[in-house]
Amino acid sequence: MSVKELVERYCRTSKLPHIWCPGCGNGIIMGAVMRALDKADIDQDKTVIVSGIGCSSRAPGYMNFDTLHTTHGRALAYATGVKMANPDLNVVVLTGDGDCSAIGGNHLIHAARRNINLTVVVFNNSIYGMTGGQYSPLTPTHSYATTAPYGSIDRNFDLCKLVQAAGGTYVARGTTYHTRQLVDQIVAGLGHNGFSFIEVITQCPMYFGRKNKFPSAVDMLKWQQEHAVPVKAAAKMTSEQLAGKFLIGELYHEEAPEYTAVYEKEVIAKARGEVK
Amino acid sequence: MPVPTERKAQLLSGNEACVQGAIAAGVRFFAGYPITPSTEIAEGLAVELPKIGGKFIQMEDEIASMGAVIGASLAGLKSMTATSGPGFSLKQENIGFAALTEIPCVIVNVQRYGPSTGLPTSPAQGDIMQARWGTHGDHPAIALMPASVREAFDLTVQAVNLSEELRTPVILLMDEVVGHMRERVELPATDEITVVNRVKPTEDPEHFLPYKPGPNLVPPMPAFGDGYRFHVTGLVHNETGFPSGKGKDGNILVRRLLAKIEQRQPSIAQAELYQADDADIVIVAAGSVARSARAAVKEARAQGLKLGLVRPITAWPFPAEAINSVATTAKAMIVAEMNLGQMIIEVERAACGRVPVIGLNRIDAELITPQDIIARAQEVTKNVR
Ligand SMILES: Cc1ncc(C[n+]2csc(CCOP(=O)(O)OP(=O)(O)O)c2C)c(N)n1
Repeated sequence: MSVKELVERYCRTSKLPHIWCPGCGNGIIMGAVMRALDKADIDQDKTVIVSGIGCSSRAPGYMNFDTLHTTHGRALAYATGVKMANPDLNVVVLTGDGDCSAIGGNHLIHAARRNINLTVVVFNNSIYGMTGGQYSPLTPTHSYATTAPYGSIDRNFDLCKLVQAAGGTYVARGTTYHTRQLVDQIVAGLGHNGFSFIEVITQCPMYFGRKNKFPSAVDMLKWQQEHAVPVKAAAKMTSEQLAGKFLIGELYHEEAPEYTAVYEKEVIAKARGEVK
Repeated sequence: MPVPTERKAQLLSGNEACVQGAIAAGVRFFAGYPITPSTEIAEGLAVELPKIGGKFIQMEDEIASMGAVIGASLAGLKSMTATSGPGFSLKQENIGFAALTEIPCVIVNVQRYGPSTGLPTSPAQGDIMQARWGTHGDHPAIALMPASVREAFDLTVQAVNLSEELRTPVILLMDEVVGHMRERVELPATDEITVVNRVKPTEDPEHFLPYKPGPNLVPPMPAFGDGYRFHVTGLVHNETGFPSGKGKDGNILVRRLLAKIEQRQPSIAQAELYQADDADIVIVAAGSVARSARAAVKEARAQGLKLGLVRPITAWPFPAEAINSVATTAKAMIVAEMNLGQMIIEVERAACGRVPVIGLNRIDAELITPQDIIARAQEVTKNVR
């Protein structure tokens, strides 16, 4: 599908152009999500896209589906209600690093624990973009932000490990540099019957880049290229070689009972006396 | 679908009656987080909802519960949550979201003593103002205050109906006494209950404007998955549902949210009058305190002291007309409430200075007794003569 066809089919074209800054990676991720939805051949009328608050959470407004732009951090809670109420809907959650790991961190671990069938795509730009560049739980230690003028002393999360430990059953990491792989990761997430989590490393040249010696978006993409190590390659590397690098690709995958299906099969069936 | 029920006498608590009311009104989704004295509502719906194919989920906190309720309502199910003081505070941001985006939902708040953890199992009526102004910004509010187990049932049905009709969050503001008190009640048979469902759009998706109000100022509402592909946002939006960033649109939207309730207000605002016509002193009391007040009226009249009662059934919109109607005939009004003076502000406003309005307030976690009320009435009688 050409870009033109993709945009005409999956974007609300009258809402474009978007609000994102020049060089921002959010458009790349939104494009990857739309390509993945197309590849996965989802029913556009039966797909709901839910987001929280932040630059990244504005994406659903541009997308031609039922879309729900909620409150800061709460996208997963709203999405849980949508999916529980109508399990036939595909529910995709688009969220920022602050949105899902700070204010929404509790919802993240509990949605993962339930293994409810949601596909979550995190736009990890290592910063609070919408509010102008404060540090987030994913800002690497010693990086600078408007609220970390002397460098952040906070240790940052490994969100993929967190989600896996919490019970998420599909976990992957991609970047806005490795776009083709990113589409495949999201396709796999959409196809997975359970809690799917895709962390996307993206660039915010405006607020993270400027403060952290990345003169342009290109420098940030180059950094991604140089520091991302595919899971397979990493298996053959020493810990010294891996120092300062991050893994991309499918990090975890497990088949486990999905929440809404279990509710149907166990709770409703027992309540109705159909099974003991 | 639940099996139609006949009239049947039962011994129920207010919380249990609320569960029955929710089922009768068509609630099919509940998300909540345990908190005394509301927990029995979650427990009851955890049992009942799956029996009729409904969904129950215990979320990780009250913020999540409120979010899930809004999500489920958008997916087409009548949705409800129940909580108490601390949880009610946590829900406020998302209640504001439901108000602005016009998502039908019911929030039960079985009030307990506060602020903070307060006295978890003790009664209070300290959330009257929070029910009106808990979330930020100007917004509509409807809050109903049952005073009996039967009324807990009826007002739960009404809360669901109003939320569906007006596309707005509705609060059922119980107090601990009504929630936990057991009474013998006869609930109406299924065919005696009016059930209101949200209006769905009739135009095709091409021409659909999700926030274009209907004649009652309420926009018809499709469910997610119906093929309308609409956008819902807590940002100020115009009729298209998309954010405009314009103050002009905020002005239109927020005023309409209030107007849709105001337009319907004469029939939403309710109060019960008991021997108020010829009363020298009118007691204004709601919820469980109104029960004491009613007993006080009877007892005082037997002693020759002409008391009457106005019992607001809706906290919001406040039944100002009922107050107004007795303000010209009574010599004084006593507002009895288990807080330090919340409802009295509205009573004073409605009375317009035509009659002295005196507070009777307890916050020692004890009920206001009929004796408390009579004693205050006797004092007031001496002073107003
Ligand atoms: C309850 C609440 N607290 C704070 C804010 C202000 N706020 C808006 S967006 C945001 C941070 C967003 O950062 P992130 O999730 O990383 O997304 P980005 O903008 O970088 O895409 C904050 C703190 C808010 N809207 N609501």
